[in-house]
Order: sequence, then structure tokens, then C-alpha cells
Amino acid sequence: MYHLSRAAAGLCLLISTSPAAWADVEYRAAVIRVDAPGPMPISRLDLPPADLGFAGATLGTADNATTGGFMGQTFVTETVVASPETVEAEMQRLLDAGVPYIVTLADAATTVRLADMAGDRALVLNAKATDDSLRGTDCRANLLHTAPSDAMLTDALAQYLVWKRWTNWFLIEGSHPEDQALAAAYRRAAVKFGATIVEERVYEDTGGARRTDSGHVQVQKQMPVFTQSAPAHDVVIAADRAGVFAAWLPFHTWDARPVAGSAGLIPESWSPAHEAWGGTQFQTRFEKSAGRPAWDEDFQVWTALRVIGEAATRTKGGDYAVMRNFILSDQFDLAAFKGQKLTFRDWDGQLRQPVLLVAGNVVASVSPQEEFLHQVSQLDTLGIDRPETECKR
Amino acid sequence: MRMAALACSAALVAAPALADRIFVTNEKGNSVTVLDAASLEVIHTIEGMQRPRGITASPDGRHIYVCASDDNLVRVYDAATYEELPSLPSGPDPELFVLHPSGNPLYIANEDDNIVTVVDVNTRQVLAEVPVGVEPEGMGVSPDGRIVVNTSETTNMAHLIDTTSFEIVENVLVDSRPRFAEYTPDGKLLLVSAEIGGTVSVIDPEKQEVIHKITFAVQGVLPEALQPVGVRVTADGTKAYVALGPANRVAVVDLSSFEVKDYLLVGQRVWQLAFSPDGAFLYTTNGNSNDISVIDTASDTVTVSVQVGEQPWGVVAVKSE
Repeated sequence: MYHLSRAAAGLCLLISTSPAAWADVEYRAAVIRVDAPGPMPISRLDLPPADLGFAGATLGTADNATTGGFMGQTFVTETVVASPETVEAEMQRLLDAGVPYIVTLADAATTVRLADMAGDRALVLNAKATDDSLRGTDCRANLLHTAPSDAMLTDALAQYLVWKRWTNWFLIEGSHPEDQALAAAYRRAAVKFGATIVEERVYEDTGGARRTDSGHVQVQKQMPVFTQSAPAHDVVIAADRAGVFAAWLPFHTWDARPVAGSAGLIPESWSPAHEAWGGTQFQTRFEKSAGRPAWDEDFQVWTALRVIGEAATRTKGGDYAVMRNFILSDQFDLAAFKGQKLTFRDWDGQLRQPVLLVAGNVVASVSPQEEFLHQVSQLDTLGIDRPETECKR
Repeated sequence: MRMAALACSAALVAAPALADRIFVTNEKGNSVTVLDAASLEVIHTIEGMQRPRGITASPDGRHIYVCASDDNLVRVYDAATYEELPSLPSGPDPELFVLHPSGNPLYIANEDDNIVTVVDVNTRQVLAEVPVGVEPEGMGVSPDGRIVVNTSETTNMAHLIDTTSFEIVENVLVDSRPRFAEYTPDGKLLLVSAEIGGTVSVIDPEKQEVIHKITFAVQGVLPEALQPVGVRVTADGTKAYVALGPANRVAVVDLSSFEVKDYLLVGQRVWQLAFSPDGAFLYTTNGNSNDISVIDTASDTVTVSVQVGEQPWGVVAVKSE
């Protein structure tokens, strides 16, 4: 199942008497989303919209096209929904059709497989998977990440908590592998910024329905018991990538302590509440186009397509090798409503970016916190820095 | 209730003002702070607007125009009595604007709609809506009034618009997130700041190309904090002042060599700039320290900072009558 959108909006409205008429160049991209069957989220408010990520693609393509209208450039983005069974065939079809820029919304293992299939034929931009392994031992030369890594997200929260002097953490992790990877990132962040994990517990996923009528009755009795008798702590950190329990922690903990991580104060790449640095304009444009607030995946896909658009604006000719080299060079930067230029780390392909700390309906803070300094870029206080990388590209 | 309060305060301050006055929009404070330019005392606060940002004055100094972003209006005030006059339509979410040198019309950047709205300030009619790039922001006008410039933040271009045909005649690519456009008084150079790119592009309006890029470097300040926003050029065209946002500094640029001569430490997150009517002083709005700094333009020294309202954004100064 796929859908083709050709955006050259505004082209006919704009009049240019420029003598420098660039030859019309078409930039083709695809967004491939892998929908795997899985359990429902705890809250019906967290049900993913049908156009998750693709709505970001629509806006990114339209934004590129507005600039393209002045530059003699058109942007075509194909959106593809795949299942774990069909994703490789869909990828092959895109590669055979010569699409050179492919944005992925998939888990880490699938993302690596797709990058390997693309080889030197396409640049793959990961707009979903946060796994540190993708930036480390499983990194690829043709794989870039507009999604922040787990290390960036956990460092962002750790900086804030340490700034707040909440340095004694009670870490609760889920029982899924992705939860354990996230918990490992929190342990690393605690060591990096001088926090202490005073207690660790694993919340086992015993299966069953995530939502039941009047399920809160049992939760209200279970969660306090699960969290009781922990050593003195300032904050409860939830590492629950699978979304099994974290949403139930706030107001149910035995001790009156704030919750952060997968619930409470949550580190995220985007929030529909974000208004700083022109963010409001993204929100209003997105909501007008999509009819709903933007999710992280929408922003990450928008960013990936804007990377292509920005490189097209600066390099003009459309040649794949020129575009690719430019994106990976220190000449490249992108403005994306985060208050400073975003650039790619040359050691692992990760987009440097500030991380929002979201508390319900507001953005409570944005990391990096200004007190944490760095000799190169303050953004490199978040995530895996050059000397620590396990990526050999 | 609010109308009554406004009318009352207007009546109280109707006495003629003698000194030059400085008007500062307070984005969070929902107000305009009025200062006596000689004493630098706050002499009045205009209220009753939502999220005021861009501010300018008519050439005769009698009217103050304010982009009330969350009112989706341009509010107009009498500069002497502070009385509110009929508002101008602005299109949604107006942020910055520029007046034609003759005092009419007003060119307004509408960030949400990718258009520049042209409004007759006398008839209060919209004369034209010009489609531009994504997120139009900065507005400048050539001294002869023939070209109005808009910068679009996500398209990264300066759009040069003919003020009679309302059509774009040229698009000049600049660095990321262009915020402000300012001509030199002779019209021979156009300066465009790029907040994320960290540069000011010097454009030759005749050739319609970038002839130089001014870059900034301050010891001990990370490069990503050097974010050029507001730009003002002295009346003699020899110097430009560039507000560097979270670097908390204003750069002084020699316009013959394009070299940065000095960095002046002001308040926090400095965004917009305005000269005093005689050009002897430059006022800066420091959004995160809730003050304005005063720069003596003869010695290029910061003389004083004055508290205003919450999160000052824009500034304009007018001559006494």
C-alpha cells in the first residue's frame, strides 16, 4: 500500500524574473513505515493515528516545495505502509525504482536490514528507532538518525534532575529487551552526570489486556505495594519503552515522589506544546495540514525530509553523491525550531538536537542545561560523544 | 471595565511630553513600556494587548504601531497621549512589519500563512497579500521605497518585492532562519541576519547577490549561541549594530571592511534594536533579563540598563514634539 504526493504548492503563485533559471530538478524520497501487531497502549489518548509520521512527510514535502518553487526544484515523497513480512519487498521496489532518500519508521533490527539493502544506492534516515545500538555497534555508513538516541534522551533528563539536585534515583524498568536497553541508558546517564541509583526493580509484563473497565481499582492497590520499601530517593525513573506500566506510576507511588522518564517528566524530541524558537509556526502549519497535533515521529520525518530539502537548496544540482557528501559535511546545518543549528555527528550519523522535557501539557525545560559545558558543542553533552563511540563507519 | 480604565489613564497623561520617548513591547507582559529618553524613567505603561512583538512609529513620530500577535491585529497608539486609535487588520499572527518611508502603507509578515500583508494605514484596508516563503519574518524597505524585503525563516531567503506591483522580483538565498532585513541609508547594501546560520549576509541589491557574509566569534561563547537577529545601520551608513541573541552581545560592524570592531555586553537574549531620533543612542531589548540596554553610539559603550516589562521584544524611539 503506498501513496504518492507531488508537492509543488505555490509554484504558480510566485513570480521570479531571475535570469538565473535553474534547470528543473526533481527530488524523490520515500517514507516507509513498518506496522507490527502489538498490544494497545494503556491510554486511549496514546492510540497512534493512522497517518503517524506520514503527516510529517506531507508538511516536510510542502515546506520543501515552497522553497523549491523559488529554486526550480520539485519534491516527490512516496509513503509506504509495510508489515514485518512485506517491508523488504517494499524496500526492494523503492530501490529498483531509484528512490535515493528513504526515511524509515521501524524497529532497530529492521532499520539495519533496510540500510544494508540500500548500500550505496540510497541514504536511509531513521526517524523512529532510538536504540543506542544503531548508533554504536550496528551503525552503518549510509544510515542517519533524526530520532534522538536513548543516550541523548536519558542524558537530557539526567542533566535536568542533577541541576535540580534530585540525584537519588529509584529506577523501575520493564521486562522487555527495549526496556532493559533504556534502563541501561539511564544507568550510564547516572554515572555520567553524578546521580545515584539507590534501588532498581523490574516490572514484569505478565500479559493480558492493557485496558479493562474500572482497571484502576486494582492498579490503585498494586502500584503502591510495588513501589513500597524503597531506600530514600528523590525521584522515580521509569524505563518502560514497551508502555506497560509507567503511565500508572504518577500519584500511585508509595512515597510522595515525582516520576520521570517514560511518564511524568518525559524527554522527547517533540511535543505539540512546544512553542519556543518559532515552534508555534510548525504546530499551526502541521495542525492545519493534518487535523491533529504532531507526534515525535511526525517531527522526525519532517526533519528527515527537511534535511533533503536543505541540502537541495544549498547544492542545487540534484546529484545524489553531491547531496550525500554535503549532508555529511560540516557545511550542513538545519533550523528545526530548537533554538540552534542541528548538524550530524560524523562519528555515528546522529542528528545533534536539544531534547524537550515534557510535563503533561507544557514543555517544562529543554536540555542541554546551560551549566553542562562541552569543548566542541554543548549538544554533545547529550548522547554518545566522539571518544566513546563504538561505531566504526 | 478595561475600556473605562484605558480612557481614564489616557486622560491622566494628556499633558504634552517634552523629551524623546522610547516605546518597548513586552511580549509576556502584554504591554508597552514608555520611557522618557532623557531621564530613562518609565513614565507610562500601555496595556490591553496580547503578545505584542514588532513595534514601529510613523515618520512624523505621532503614531505607534504594534504587532499584537495573539490579537491578530496591528494596534495603533497616539505617541503623545498613549490613547489607542482604531486598529489595522494584519492577517494572522503578525510578528514584524515595516512602514513605507512615506509613512504608508504598512508591510506585515504573517508567519502562519506564508504571506506578506500590505495595509493602508489611513483607510485600514488590505491592499495586497503577497505569497512568500515558509514562515515570513523580517521586513525591510529600501530608502527610496521601491522595494520591500521579506525574509522567510524556513525557506532561508530574502524575497525582494516591488512595492507598486506587489510581486516578487528576486529571491536571494541566505543562511538558516533569516530574521531581519535592513538597508543602508544610501540603499546600496542590504543586510540580512540569519539566526541559526550565525551570519549576516551583505546583499548588493543591484546585482541581487550576496557579496559578503559577516561572521561572529566571541571568546568563551559557544558558536551556536551567536545568533544574529536585529540589525540597525547608522544614519551615515558607516556602522551596523547586530544583536546576537543568547550571546548577550551587540556586534559593532564597520561597513567599509565588514569587520566586527567590537562586541558590547548587554542584557540576556538581545533581539531587537532601535536608535534614538538623533542617533546618539542605540536601545536594545533583552528578553530574558526584562530590561533594555542603552549604547552610546559615539563611544560604542553600554551606559546603562533599565528594567521594563516582562520579556521585552521590540523597541522604537520617537522625537518630542
